Amino acid sequence: MRVVLSEKDIAERTRAVVVAHSELKGPLLPILHELQHEFGHVPEGALRVIADELNLSRAEVHGVASFYHDFREAPAGRHVLKICRAEACQSMGADDLAGQAESRLDIAFGNTTADGAVTLEAVYCLGLCACGPAAMVDGKIVARLDAGKLDTLLSECGQ
Amino acid sequence: MSVTVYVPLDAAAIALGADDVADAISKEAAARGADVKIIRNGSRGMVWLEPLVEVVTDAGRVAFGPVSEGDVAGLFDAGFLTGGDHALNLGLTEEIPFLKRQTRLTFARCGIIDPHSLEDYEAHGGLAGLRNALKMSRADIIQQVTDSGLRGRGGAGFPTGIKWKTVHDAPGTEKYIVCNADEGDSGTFADRMIMEGDPFILIEGMAIAAIAVGAEHGYVYTRSEYPHAIKAMNDAIEIARKAGLLGPSVLGSGYAFDMEVRMGAGAYVCGEETSLLNSLEGKRGVVRSKPPLPALEGFLGKPTVVNNVISLTSVPVIMDKGAAFYRDFGMGRSHGTIPIQIAGNVKYGGLFETAFGLSLGEIVDDIGGGTATGRPVRAVQVGGPLGAYFPRDLFDTPFDYEAFAARDGLIGHAGVVVFDDTVDMLKQARFAFEFCAVESCGKCTPCRIGSTRGVETLDKLKAGIEPEKQIELASDLCNTMKFGSLCALGGFTPYPVMSAITHFPEDFKPAPMAQAAE
Repeated sequence: MRVVLSEKDIAERTRAVVVAHSELKGPLLPILHELQHEFGHVPEGALRVIADELNLSRAEVHGVASFYHDFREAPAGRHVLKICRAEACQSMGADDLAGQAESRLDIAFGNTTADGAVTLEAVYCLGLCACGPAAMVDGKIVARLDAGKLDTLLSECGQ
Repeated sequence: MSVTVYVPLDAAAIALGADDVADAISKEAAARGADVKIIRNGSRGMVWLEPLVEVVTDAGRVAFGPVSEGDVAGLFDAGFLTGGDHALNLGLTEEIPFLKRQTRLTFARCGIIDPHSLEDYEAHGGLAGLRNALKMSRADIIQQVTDSGLRGRGGAGFPTGIKWKTVHDAPGTEKYIVCNADEGDSGTFADRMIMEGDPFILIEGMAIAAIAVGAEHGYVYTRSEYPHAIKAMNDAIEIARKAGLLGPSVLGSGYAFDMEVRMGAGAYVCGEETSLLNSLEGKRGVVRSKPPLPALEGFLGKPTVVNNVISLTSVPVIMDKGAAFYRDFGMGRSHGTIPIQIAGNVKYGGLFETAFGLSLGEIVDDIGGGTATGRPVRAVQVGGPLGAYFPRDLFDTPFDYEAFAARDGLIGHAGVVVFDDTVDMLKQARFAFEFCAVESCGKCTPCRIGSTRGVETLDKLKAGIEPEKQIELASDLCNTMKFGSLCALGGFTPYPVMSAITHFPEDFKPAPMAQAAE
């Protein structure tokens, strides 16, 4: 269960995270990672606080948060399935698996199923290139993915 | 007496079930009253055999693989703790031809030691290079690295010693060592493997670099897609601090050096050194114009060494055994060894460290054993998503920086991705443009817009709309991107595209169906 936080809670937690990273040089990415870890995404309200605390413009902080594929503006589904779409996995049939995932979830890459169960994302390389196709489900890595294994994974995600 | 069993903690092994195998061995041993000590080691690099379990016997380490959870009870039945006979018994690990044929200098300890044990690291020759360096002057360390002929293993091939000298000679007292561990190229996993399997070697290499140039702080910038490597490095740094290898006085030398791991956020372009520096500073990972060189104005505008993981991890052996020892391996201007990562649709995939100079054909057919699917090899992409596709006709190309450049390719970070004859090269060329469009930092026009126009052009070609004109346009676009882009992302995307068009023209012929439809 994800707890719904008020703007005030978000601001307070964000301030604490910024302070905890005050010793670092160039602390913005570690701060954004920590917030995403905590909130499941980087809330708009947090950006304002970060800008304030780090003496940056809001545009700068927004620019950074939106540049990187990892940082989400909204929470992901309950499960996140990332399928490697890079060449080594393509050579082992990853494109077919990508199609299988899209059609079974009935969504395109970069989207979340209507019931909020699964977010499907492309990843470009997990470093598992000699045992592809590779995927990551909720942070857990899977190699030598095939149609059967993918079916099982999707079922485990409640699909 | 306790029997030592090694089960890899390498991400590839874990993705293939190594954690479950380790648990199963532990439970089975407990149930049978066997005294077993499990050590989680790095990978030996024979990925097709992972999870590769090793048992220490009087004769040496005996390998079993690939082991699944379900095999464990049977292995105990067969007496695997004494190297017993079993279908998965591969004999002595060191005698497996894939391993035996290698020259392991950088990966000498990877898969052998416990990556959480600094004692184990030292017992296998670790820290000898750093200890030698501590007895030398800064200039002499740099000279030794220069004399070794070591060139940047990230792909650019720039002489490491010269880079270090530039940082050493730069004015100022605040300098940095940045390890580029943003290994985003598909088909590569050498950085990941060594960080997980032998993390202390990277700490040692960075400490030597820091002492040589006069830096006191280092960063390992790696990928969020590499959680296991991040943990391995953080664990090792913690151990190194406690042991005095990092801190105010490195091994009691009076030199201060400490380091930390920073995690990227899914941007491929941050593997480019100036984007990486911006990202490390907490900015958008946008490429910087050069000059100024990072060696003069790098992290926070201070002189900075930015070296790839494999460059830095090759330094300890150079400092231990000498520049001449290292330099004698290789060919032409490519000295030393290179960890070739054989990946994709290949029978024996994994990491093969060897002196420069093997032919591409030897790597793919002989060592890699051809495709995993058993179909003929049609194309091999060397050097990641920005590397050229090579047809069989060019399999005589020796693995060497200059030889690949002479054939309009690059060795990059030494990833080799094999494709069988079902590959559609028009699709691969389109993907190269598409990937560039997705990952472009947006700063320069040829990369940002050229990549998108490239996708559209190849889509028109596929649809059969004026095909000759599209090929001409795509070639022209590639020329602009190659010479007009700020960094290698836009500048090298033409390699996969043009090599596909040049070497596999049959895939770029107009589709007969589309012609009929017109």
